[in-house]
Amino acid sequence: MPTSAMPESGRTAPEKPRMSPRSLAIWITVALVGALGWAVLALSRGEEISAVWLVVAALGSYAIAYRFYSRFIARRVLQVDDTRATPAERLEDGVDYHPTDKRVLFGHHFAAIAGAGPLVGPVLAAQMGYLPGTIWIIAGVIFAGAVQDMIVLFLSMRRDGKSLGQMARDEIGTVGGAAALIGVFAIMIILLAVLAMVVVNALAESAWGTFSVTMTIPIALFMGFYLRYLRPGRVVETSFLGVALLLLAILGGGWIQDSSLAEYFVWSPETLVFCLVGYGFVASVLPVWMLLAPRDYLSTFMKVGTIALMAVGVVIAAPNLRAESVTEFAHTGAGPVFAGSLFPFLFITIACGALSGFHALVSSGTTPKLIRKESQVRLIGYGSMLTESFVAVMALIAACVLEPGLFYAMNSPAALLGPTVDTAAEAVKNLGFTITPEQLTAAAKAVEEETLVGRSGGAPTLAVGMSEIFAGVFGGAGMKAFWYHFAIMFEALFILTTVDAGTRVGRFMLQDMLGNVWKPIGRVTWKPGIWITSALVVGAWGYFLYAGVTDPLGGIKQLFPLFGIANQLLAAVALAVTTTVLIKSGKLRWAWVTGIPLAWDVAVTFTAGWQKIFSDNPAIGFFALRDKYAAAIDRGELLPGATTMDDMHTIVLNNTVDGVIMAIFLLLVLTVLVNCAVVCVRAVRSPSPLPTTEAPYVESRIDDLPERTDDDLVGARR
Amino acid sequence: MTAPNIRHWARTVRWYLRELMGEAEYDRYCERHRHRHAGAPAPTRREYDALRHRRREERPEGRCC
Repeated sequence: MPTSAMPESGRTAPEKPRMSPRSLAIWITVALVGALGWAVLALSRGEEISAVWLVVAALGSYAIAYRFYSRFIARRVLQVDDTRATPAERLEDGVDYHPTDKRVLFGHHFAAIAGAGPLVGPVLAAQMGYLPGTIWIIAGVIFAGAVQDMIVLFLSMRRDGKSLGQMARDEIGTVGGAAALIGVFAIMIILLAVLAMVVVNALAESAWGTFSVTMTIPIALFMGFYLRYLRPGRVVETSFLGVALLLLAILGGGWIQDSSLAEYFVWSPETLVFCLVGYGFVASVLPVWMLLAPRDYLSTFMKVGTIALMAVGVVIAAPNLRAESVTEFAHTGAGPVFAGSLFPFLFITIACGALSGFHALVSSGTTPKLIRKESQVRLIGYGSMLTESFVAVMALIAACVLEPGLFYAMNSPAALLGPTVDTAAEAVKNLGFTITPEQLTAAAKAVEEETLVGRSGGAPTLAVGMSEIFAGVFGGAGMKAFWYHFAIMFEALFILTTVDAGTRVGRFMLQDMLGNVWKPIGRVTWKPGIWITSALVVGAWGYFLYAGVTDPLGGIKQLFPLFGIANQLLAAVALAVTTTVLIKSGKLRWAWVTGIPLAWDVAVTFTAGWQKIFSDNPAIGFFALRDKYAAAIDRGELLPGATTMDDMHTIVLNNTVDGVIMAIFLLLVLTVLVNCAVVCVRAVRSPSPLPTTEAPYVESRIDDLPERTDDDLVGARR
Repeated sequence: MTAPNIRHWARTVRWYLRELMGEAEYDRYCERHRHRHAGAPAPTRREYDALRHRRREERPEGRCC
């Protein structure tokens, strides 16, 4: 990295800054409280413990990591320099580039990275008990996820807000860059399909849920027109109005469910797929002010609100964790929710909340163009990700306060559970847990759903867990159904926003790629080009969504690992690019900061990917399962899960496609990794530093007096 | 809590929400416009929104999961 062009200006290096006795005392207390939380989690055996200990362990660890590790990264590794003008200052244009208050930008960035992901993964991972998931969420975010987000944000900021793909092309080379670009596109398609599947599983056969989520569309349209024609620019007012309408829609859903209109809102999963695909297409070609922008406002509002509500609920209700700390499925790998052993499959099931590659795209998008001072990457990059991780911890708590029997009755594949509460209770008993058919009926009745059996996907489980917690704090048992549908609603809202925005981003990428082949399609203003590429993107995720929803063996079980691996592979790309840039800028000494998470992530994703492709165990390997069903088709037999020969063929086809996709992902990422390794070796051998694309130093004219940057920076150069 | 205290909090919350949701953007843009192009009329709210939305159509932002 070029040293600052600024003269040293005669500043004397201060004494090594020492912590004052007061702050030393505070941090020792924080460390002890956090350690107490971990001790309770680790030492309890057999008895139920309060979820508060989990919260204490998490918050204590986050505080220590933020104060010490993120500061170390900012000062020593990145050498943030608050005398250096950020792109927001240099290129200020009042629209894209603008020095933004750090608290505001924290909120922006958090709203962009957090969504339904951290709410779904931890719920599924509760199959292995609360302890493995908690350890991975907390250690993963501290040493991998938050580090990735912060460093990508920093590197992009030093390059005027370049995207990850551009940075890969500039710093690594054309081949690696192209592989990264195609990889990002393919991964996004799977991500959208799996998220959409979560919505389908949550809404299928539920009049209440379907009605209230459908109502978000007219509400968003109303907000769009209100903002454009009635009260231009009154975003806060419009958002309050929207949230009020949303709450009415949830209440209205309860009324619809009990009325004669209910039958119009009970949709089959297939119908929901077609609605979602149609919606995704229309939403992505409509002008942004009509649907996307207003729903984004609603989502942001709901995100901040519900997450605060969840934190308050968990702390006040202080529910006990009913799940075991480590279940036998962690050792046997024979769990019904997702197959495979703890390593590597736990680490890909929980992606968002611990390490999410997708954040690298957000961190290299709008946020770097809005940072006021370099040192703020700590709060915005590292701090936002810690907050998302806390959301994941709360989702894990919500899943673990449920009776384990109910958890497995909700999350096992339909093929295992059978059609009725009696068969489901029997199946759960075979798994080693107990729940009576009456309890299952009562649990469904409490949240006013037809049934909770086989409601996989994570969202319904989270919603039941949250309704337990919330009902204990606000409103009592009578409010359970409201809170359940409230939770379903906000998850669906987040996902629909992601689907809409993701389809647009995917279309944009596709236009960019196809534009190289045929010019007109690359033009962002040519309507037919927009329609064709939108249809292609929607068709791609729609295919996987349909295949997943109609999969006789349970789409979530088949596709969720693919989603997790894809997201973590994207993280591998981001961590490889950051490691390469660190080495290229002469920081080989600090390369372990991203190098170790990279090595871990590559070990996890490639082991998981390898097993998914080559495992002989049909429960894990896509091709093993394919061969098993193909052989049965030759013999003319029906295997469990399939009720017709068509089902058998569907299973064979789906597993072939999934296996091939998995292989393509691994090859693309391998290309990037090899290319990065070559560049790293070249950089280490080169006598002079390789050129990087960092924007040159310009002195900042923004004075933020309270920042103690001088001390920090002199300290960093020592 | 005293009355001035509550007012202070209400103001802070309002400021934060306006900034977070982007409502304050237009005011800032006009302010900037007055500084740089004194004399030229600032764009109206509607013109500014149209500009913002065009930007967003042309450069979509991802939302994570």
